[in-house]
Amino acid sequence: MDIRKIKKLIELLEESNIAELEIHEGEESVRISRVSKVAVPQVMTTAPVMASLPPVSAPTPESTPAAEPEISGHRVTSPMVGTFYRAPTPGAKSFVEVGQSVNVGDTLCIIEAMKLLNQIEADKAGVIKAVLVENGQPVEYGEPMFIIG
Amino acid sequence: MFDKIVIANRGEIALRILRACKELGIQTVAVHSIADRDLKHVRLADESVCIGPAPSIDSYLNIPALISAAEVTDAVAIHPGYGFLSENADFAERIEESGFIFIGPRPETIRLMGDKVCAIETMKKAGVPTVPGSDGPLGNDADETMRMAKSIGYPIIIKASAGGGGRGMRVVHTEANLLNAVSLTRAEAQAAFGSDVVYMEKFLENPRHIEIQVLADQHGSAIYLGERDCSMQRRHQKVVEEAPAPGITPELRARIGGSCAEACRKIGYRGAGTFEFLYENGQFYFIEMNTRIQVEHPVTEMITGVDLVKEQIRIAADLPLSYKQEDIKIRGHAFECRLNAEDAQTFMPSPGLITQFHAPGGPGIRVDSHIYNGYRVPPYYDSMIGKLIAHGDTREMAMARMRTALDECIIEGIKTNIALHKDIFRDPAFQAGGTNIHYLEKKLGLDKH
Repeated sequence: MDIRKIKKLIELLEESNIAELEIHEGEESVRISRVSKVAVPQVMTTAPVMASLPPVSAPTPESTPAAEPEISGHRVTSPMVGTFYRAPTPGAKSFVEVGQSVNVGDTLCIIEAMKLLNQIEADKAGVIKAVLVENGQPVEYGEPMFIIG
Repeated sequence: MFDKIVIANRGEIALRILRACKELGIQTVAVHSIADRDLKHVRLADESVCIGPAPSIDSYLNIPALISAAEVTDAVAIHPGYGFLSENADFAERIEESGFIFIGPRPETIRLMGDKVCAIETMKKAGVPTVPGSDGPLGNDADETMRMAKSIGYPIIIKASAGGGGRGMRVVHTEANLLNAVSLTRAEAQAAFGSDVVYMEKFLENPRHIEIQVLADQHGSAIYLGERDCSMQRRHQKVVEEAPAPGITPELRARIGGSCAEACRKIGYRGAGTFEFLYENGQFYFIEMNTRIQVEHPVTEMITGVDLVKEQIRIAADLPLSYKQEDIKIRGHAFECRLNAEDAQTFMPSPGLITQFHAPGGPGIRVDSHIYNGYRVPPYYDSMIGKLIAHGDTREMAMARMRTALDECIIEGIKTNIALHKDIFRDPAFQAGGTNIHYLEKKLGLDKH
């Protein structure tokens, strides 16, 4: 397999949230894995299959391996299902950063759904205290994205 | 076979689809409203996506949210279940335009069967017997309408072409009421379905509702899987279903089933479908076709041994049918009771917390339900919380097993219609078999005619 192709695949993996990539081309195949000490969380999580009832409660969508202190403030939640982007185009500056002041109506992020880019605006004025979703990650309806304090 | 499927539904049918996916090794994505986070299938699915607030219009009927969920999870296909968007041709079309596979017929077929006038015309051409009627939409010529009704013979029924499932209909017994009835039905149809096209049919006074299950693949094969008798209805909602239909001979079954399979081949039908008929005096009359899996599919599964949902998925994955017509044998008899969260007398919905659920069991008993101890039935959706199915070698054996199962079934914390089902299974006319579509309402004293 072409070394340049493999280099490109490694770049692709590094730029994304993908943990592992395996390509088969005819009789050749290559697998590239990201080495991480922490298990990569599933994109959309739910309870693992239980052999018997009663069922356990499903983990919440924003749960991450590292424990985060509870930050107070107004949570801006996603109004739709889609992919979360922090900037208007790839490589451009993010709409907002932690610590930035925002007014009502300021664009916070883009959620892409069905090839349409939807600008999500702040519904409260204040300071961005936290950004809860990583760039390029899927979000579901109601998922908290920003905390404004 | 598909890698991953989005289950675009909720409740017991979502669980049913999930089970079929698991058997086929397909990853599942459960989409749900915020009120449905604790649905059993959501907990069992590989992935879940919250698609909107509780009201169906914002969640289970929200086409962009459903397609977006398929996008973000990299799903390959979407199973619509029954109800909601399962017979929405626009939904099917948009799914395909977005690069996903809709598990069901082609959008054109859904559109064709959704227009009742066109569906009847298509069936007539395909050799399926239809109800004597206007054979087309009613025009604005009052004299022509009156002449038509006279030649068909009263009583007649006016139906909305865009309606179906018992909605948008009016019975006319005398000529004096005819024109009024037509305008009223037109107005209601316009408001409810966005189209005022209506047609006329002979009103059959004591028919039974008998439907034929079909499967058709994308390789030219179409088969029928026997019939179901769904005459036990209240306000056009089925309450109890059974298969096979009492009194239907193998010859009748082969003849009507054969014409349905032929119709499927003629229209290039794809997937599972049901041809609904009114049956009176030994004659079948086509009324409409449902282009989806139906609530009562388990009774057909019990008597044929065919997994209809798995076949749906296989067909959509472009595999040939697992069975030829000669493989389909009717074995024994099956009943299904629809369990609803409602008051058994007043029929008022009864959502709330299920404090105790104990499912019946034993030979020939199947329970298709998503409920569990501690599950809270939400108030936003229809009241069906499960289906109790009983199979036996004979109709009598299946009935005896159902009576036992109804006695064993415990659901506490909410009201259910189990008492109604016990009543039906004790009813002598029901036990004898062959009761018509008006029987239950007459029995409940609801019939005012």
